Amino acid sequence: MNPGDWFHLFAHYLSLSLLAVGGAITTAPDMHRYLVDQQRWLSDPQFNASIAIAQAAPGPNVLFVALLGWNVGLNAGGLWAGLLGMAATMLGIMLPSTTLTYLAARWGHRNRQLRAVRAFKQGMAPIVIALLVATAWILATGSHYAVKHWPLWLVTAVTALIVWRTRVHLLWLLAAGAALGAWGWV
Amino acid sequence: MVVVSYCFDSTRLVVGHAADAGAATIITLMSSPPASPPPELSPEPRPQPRSLADLFVSFTLLALQGFGGVLAVVQREIVEKKRWMTREEFVEEWAVAQIMPGPNVVNLALMIGDRYFGLRGALAALAGMLVVPLAVMLLVALLYAQIADHPAVAGALRGMAAVAAGLIAATGFKLFGALRKHPLGLPLCMVLAALCFVAIALLRWPLAYVLLVLGGLACVLTYRKIRA
Repeated sequence: MNPGDWFHLFAHYLSLSLLAVGGAITTAPDMHRYLVDQQRWLSDPQFNASIAIAQAAPGPNVLFVALLGWNVGLNAGGLWAGLLGMAATMLGIMLPSTTLTYLAARWGHRNRQLRAVRAFKQGMAPIVIALLVATAWILATGSHYAVKHWPLWLVTAVTALIVWRTRVHLLWLLAAGAALGAWGWV
Repeated sequence: MVVVSYCFDSTRLVVGHAADAGAATIITLMSSPPASPPPELSPEPRPQPRSLADLFVSFTLLALQGFGGVLAVVQREIVEKKRWMTREEFVEEWAVAQIMPGPNVVNLALMIGDRYFGLRGALAALAGMLVVPLAVMLLVALLYAQIADHPAVAGALRGMAAVAAGLIAATGFKLFGALRKHPLGLPLCMVLAALCFVAIALLRWPLAYVLLVLGGLACVLTYRKIRA
């Protein structure tokens, strides 16, 4: 990859940043089109593994973007290129959205007494809470829509109940889920 | 909007932060009439991050506990354990973080950090959310190449994903409590929430349209309900 390619990679992620309403994962299909189909900087299995690993590792889901950049760099040649690729994709995806969020949040906080600002923040409350439950629903049923996956749904439902009603540490529940899965019970 | 958590440790906190100009404003506001003040000004003094390092470490620890999404951990740690925010404030900040482009929890960290220490706080929280988890993820990526084909690993990931979905659902259930004091009243809120759930989870409509139409409707209704 020549300097122009690196800049192209950075610029493409810059352009995706402001489109990522609802999280960076919503732009993953376009990243696949760009990195795998158009530029051929990543293979299809590499792309899918990057997303799977980022989901399995702790931390915000947006880190899958860093891993994509890292793998583009590794393919282009070595660890330093990996770091460069990671910097290009992460800075690209983060800079515009965080800047905009920062300015908007500041403006909103300064003008928090404005009726419109209060109406927005309070009015959105039922919607964003429902979105959480909807996200959980999509995650739980996404690739397991068949009825034979009922044990997985049961794990999700029981977890939701435990976390809702008790103060058990979340890591215990994740460990229990991992153990159940590893033993092949779900 | 008086919140239960306020009752527990208000005395200590008023003393603890009396020197702080921001806290002084908050305390002054406590004497304003309680009839539905703007919730951003909810009057309780409360624990705060002590320093930039505290912010950085707190968000690093948060992020490292978040498998399959950090939001559930953020809610539990920031609202339930550290009490930096009330449930109502959390929902409001989350609404902004959600509507803005970019990763939602990262937006949320940025906004919480900014609230306490300005730009430096925002950057500290952002760095906490990303730097160490990034290093951990690269280690996992190296490890994963060795063990990916093992069926137990695939099973464990499947189990953890199911748990992670449950964590997010529980976060949503807990936050429903914040709607009890909503200007629109609980029943109307539940109708809006149910419509949103059906549109996103069952009909799988694009998020942007749902936010625009249902969110817009909810905001207009709320605007007409609250005092100028």
